Amino acid sequence: MTTTIVTTGADAAPRPDPRPTRPDRRHRWARRAPLLPALVFAIVVTQLPFLFTLYLSTQSWNALRPGSQEFIGLANYATVLTDGRLRAALLNTVVLTASSVFASVLLGLGLAILLDRRFPGRGIVRTLLITPFLVMPMAAALLWKHAIYNPSYGLINGILGGSTDWVSQYPMVSVVAALVWQWTPFMMLIILAGLQSQSLETLEAARVDGAGPWQTFTRITLPYLRPYLELGALLGSIYLVQTFDAVFTITQGGPGRATTNLPYEIYLTTFRKFEYGEAAAAGVVVVIGTIVVATFALRVISSLFRMEDAR
Amino acid sequence: MTRTVQPTRRGAGMTGAAWTVLAWLAGLLFFLPVAWMVLTGFKREVDAASNPPSWFFTPVLDGYRQVFDRDITPYLLNSVMASVLSTLLVLVLATPAAYALSIRPVERWRDALFFFISTKMLPLVAALLPIYLLVQDLGMLDNVWTLIVLYTAMNLPLAVWMMRSFLLEVPAALIEAAAMDGADLLVTIRRILLPIVAPGLAATALICFIFSWNEFFFAVNLTATRAGTSPIFLVGFITSEGLFLARLCAAATIVSLPVVLAGWIAQKQLVRGLSMGAVK
Repeated sequence: MTTTIVTTGADAAPRPDPRPTRPDRRHRWARRAPLLPALVFAIVVTQLPFLFTLYLSTQSWNALRPGSQEFIGLANYATVLTDGRLRAALLNTVVLTASSVFASVLLGLGLAILLDRRFPGRGIVRTLLITPFLVMPMAAALLWKHAIYNPSYGLINGILGGSTDWVSQYPMVSVVAALVWQWTPFMMLIILAGLQSQSLETLEAARVDGAGPWQTFTRITLPYLRPYLELGALLGSIYLVQTFDAVFTITQGGPGRATTNLPYEIYLTTFRKFEYGEAAAAGVVVVIGTIVVATFALRVISSLFRMEDAR
Repeated sequence: MTRTVQPTRRGAGMTGAAWTVLAWLAGLLFFLPVAWMVLTGFKREVDAASNPPSWFFTPVLDGYRQVFDRDITPYLLNSVMASVLSTLLVLVLATPAAYALSIRPVERWRDALFFFISTKMLPLVAALLPIYLLVQDLGMLDNVWTLIVLYTAMNLPLAVWMMRSFLLEVPAALIEAAAMDGADLLVTIRRILLPIVAPGLAATALICFIFSWNEFFFAVNLTATRAGTSPIFLVGFITSEGLFLARLCAAATIVSLPVVLAGWIAQKQLVRGLSMGAVK
């Protein structure tokens, strides 16, 4: 933002454009040097394990039967793709991620609108609202499981009466509600930042032109907010698709497999059944799925990123 | 969008008051579980498990005493070590990288930037098995340093993106002027860049600290008693029987406190950090 004040007129071209002044080799390496440690570290810690996963996925290897390891080609993939467990886990992952992202974006939008005006104690309300996001996810999951959902002494039944066992009767809703409680503040913060960056002149102009508040909101504010909503949904999905703490704590994937999502399913395959080959194949399948989704997601980030660059 | 979202009214009067009340109610409702957690932590176990819930009681420290008797301290220390050291390591790696992607950009800087963010999208669960086997092979299971390395990798993309967005705010003219005056790179960094991006460094550190402090997946699978971090201390409560709610709430309050306080203090930086610098 300061940049726009200092650089004016013709020389305000975006700075990060590559300017190959001297294509001299040493010069180029001198430029690269600060980047290399981080790049090498990221490649070694995040990419190499994946290659190892690829190798493991071709092995028949159950850690409970030592010496049983052998090459079996793509058989693990056949097992994983034909077994209903992974498909059920995939479906649960989609339901869990989509519903928590959708609900938290919607609630976050509502709260952001409420906070986008001056009122007594606005700072306090904002502080109250962001707190759920700051509570340790593991602690939050336990809090919901025991202090809120418990049929005999939980807060919900304590206030509403009755003796509903929320977790076993509505397992998916229980997990999603706890996640939405944690992620709504995150969405609210991003959307609120969007609302507050909206120019007041545009809104004023709309009002002068005779647009009502509802029209102004749907015709001007919502389209303006779109990249912020997308960013929130995207980042939320990246984190929520990996949900483990809440499932591990609140339902242990149950009852039955009702809330077993992919991370929890692969965790079970690895550390409960010790089917290393199968777990690796499932991991590869998940990564491929992620790449498909991420390609789309990166496009969204990229467009937002150009927008911010152009400011 | 559904019709449940009401239009914003900036007017005063009755409508304004109604909106204010609604905002306060929403804030209190979202805060209620946290308030309940803190309150319950100060109850006696019998009061904690009462139905209907007791709102008024004589506060006692029994819950907290029991949590410390069960030795939460080493878990807290492990958490401090894992999150502080990994945060420092992230900053040391990410800041120069962000410099090479903003102020003096390498060719194909955009590709590098997107490579970093793509590592963030890889599901952790796909990396768990190879990392577990490797760590086991190296004899590094149940070792804090394993977590430090993994948390560094986990937060690196975030930090690179954030630091880049802060470095881009340094006026180009300032850097050019320094070069004109014959200042060498180190002097430029110390005298010009560092003072300007110091708040950015702090914000980045805060976000990295929050994510590593709260991390559970690697911690639960790669550590046990020696290197367990604070969420691991909580695992025992999952299937607890009998009266334990006050103790649980006391422990949950203790382990959440550092991040809650840090987040409250740095609310402004939080947005920018969480959006990886995309939203200012």
